[in-house]
Amino acid sequence: MTVHEEQTTTSVALEDLLREVEGLHAGGYRLVQIGCTDIGGAYEINYSFDKDYQFRNLRLTIGPETEVPSISGIYWGAFVYENEMHDLFGIPVTGINIDFQGTFIKTAEKYPFSVTRVGGDRCRNA
Amino acid sequence: MPERIIVPFGPQHPVLPEPIHVDLVLEDELVVEAIPSIGYIHRGLEQLVQKREFTEYVYVAERICGICSFMHAVGYCQGIEHIMGIEVPDRAKYLRTIWSECSRLHSHLLWLGLFADSMGFENLFMRSWQLRESVLDVLEDTTGGRVIQGTCKVGGVRRDIGQEKLDEMLRALDPFEEQCRDLGDVFLNDETVKYRLQGLGVIGKDEAYALGAVGPTARASGVPSDIRETGYAAYGDLGFKPVVETAGDCYARCAVRVKEVYASIDLIRRTIDGMPEGPLDVKVKGTPDGEYFSRVEQPRGEVIHYLRGDGTKHLARARIRTPTLANIPMLVKMLPGAQLADVPVVVLSIDPCISCTER
Repeated sequence: MTVHEEQTTTSVALEDLLREVEGLHAGGYRLVQIGCTDIGGAYEINYSFDKDYQFRNLRLTIGPETEVPSISGIYWGAFVYENEMHDLFGIPVTGINIDFQGTFIKTAEKYPFSVTRVGGDRCRNA
Repeated sequence: MPERIIVPFGPQHPVLPEPIHVDLVLEDELVVEAIPSIGYIHRGLEQLVQKREFTEYVYVAERICGICSFMHAVGYCQGIEHIMGIEVPDRAKYLRTIWSECSRLHSHLLWLGLFADSMGFENLFMRSWQLRESVLDVLEDTTGGRVIQGTCKVGGVRRDIGQEKLDEMLRALDPFEEQCRDLGDVFLNDETVKYRLQGLGVIGKDEAYALGAVGPTARASGVPSDIRETGYAAYGDLGFKPVVETAGDCYARCAVRVKEVYASIDLIRRTIDGMPEGPLDVKVKGTPDGEYFSRVEQPRGEVIHYLRGDGTKHLARARIRTPTLANIPMLVKMLPGAQLADVPVVVLSIDPCISCTER
């Protein structure tokens, strides 16, 4: 049987992120991915979830220095995406269950996709 | 209490075709914690999307991985086609399905060989790869490339498979299936294989789902998730049911892949039988303006190509979440409790593809 896939995207405020994620977790959604997009001086972070092929995104928009709370307390496997966010984009994520302190993805240039592109070590969890 | 020591596993290891590093915390021979790290082959391919025209980036997408190369191209092209509202001709969808299932076949046979090698079963390894060669021959015959096919493009496909060749493939499927079933019989029923794999690296259904596992790794734990059920390419016409096992151990992960080899042969047979006539592509006009999360079921599981266009010929963003990245949390949970000698088998049981993971 073929299942029709639907995709929805909802904007979420930083202070509401954990509450919204907890709601999806309670609703039986699987964490699919967390991905960042450079939108010119700021980041857009998509938290993607799936349940029975219904694809939902929570979209968070933040500035380059903004600290983002980890959702790894709700979705244990989120640590891979959150360490990736930090190591590639330089986004400080607080409270990751397995925090690699900037060593999960080893890159020649530090924070290669950072909107500031200045390198250096400005992140709390680095 | 035994003294704890840390043993580095990888990035170079005889069973690893690609580099991943895992720090194994041991008490005597028992793994109590596993800490992975990656980054040895990060190539920044996502950034290249801003330097290549959206039609050219298919070539880059195909080079993300040397095993599921064709499926990366399908995932990328489907995303662009959805954003631009392009309806791909049916024949192109069927051809994409054939090449996708050939990719799954050769990937699973590659993995079965590597898995046999990790168990020390060398002639099973060689037999698996011998069968894989015949799939690569078909890919080379029909696309011109064994590893990178280059036949998928935005709007359809570049090459057709003639009726004579389709008939030849159909005739070859029966003896090929028989050989695969003989091979699968050893993986599924040989006592030494069972003894080596059963009860090893067990993850239950609820835990696998909570960890976000995908592909055969999830299905072996009883999670019946397979993106082919959404009916992309020709899967909607063909009808499809995922292969699911419930034991959640290394044997179940092997069994899912063995049975998916049979399922892929059946899908190719039905795709050839139902192949519609018609054009191979449609003309692409304009540039992509919008976003889409394109999902495709690769041999290792669900891959996501998040694509965002801003109305120019270059995309603003491509973000690719590959199945191995999603399965790393499973690996971290599987390893504690295993003996050091079992680590290569457990690591290989998720079929890690690191070039995919790092992009």
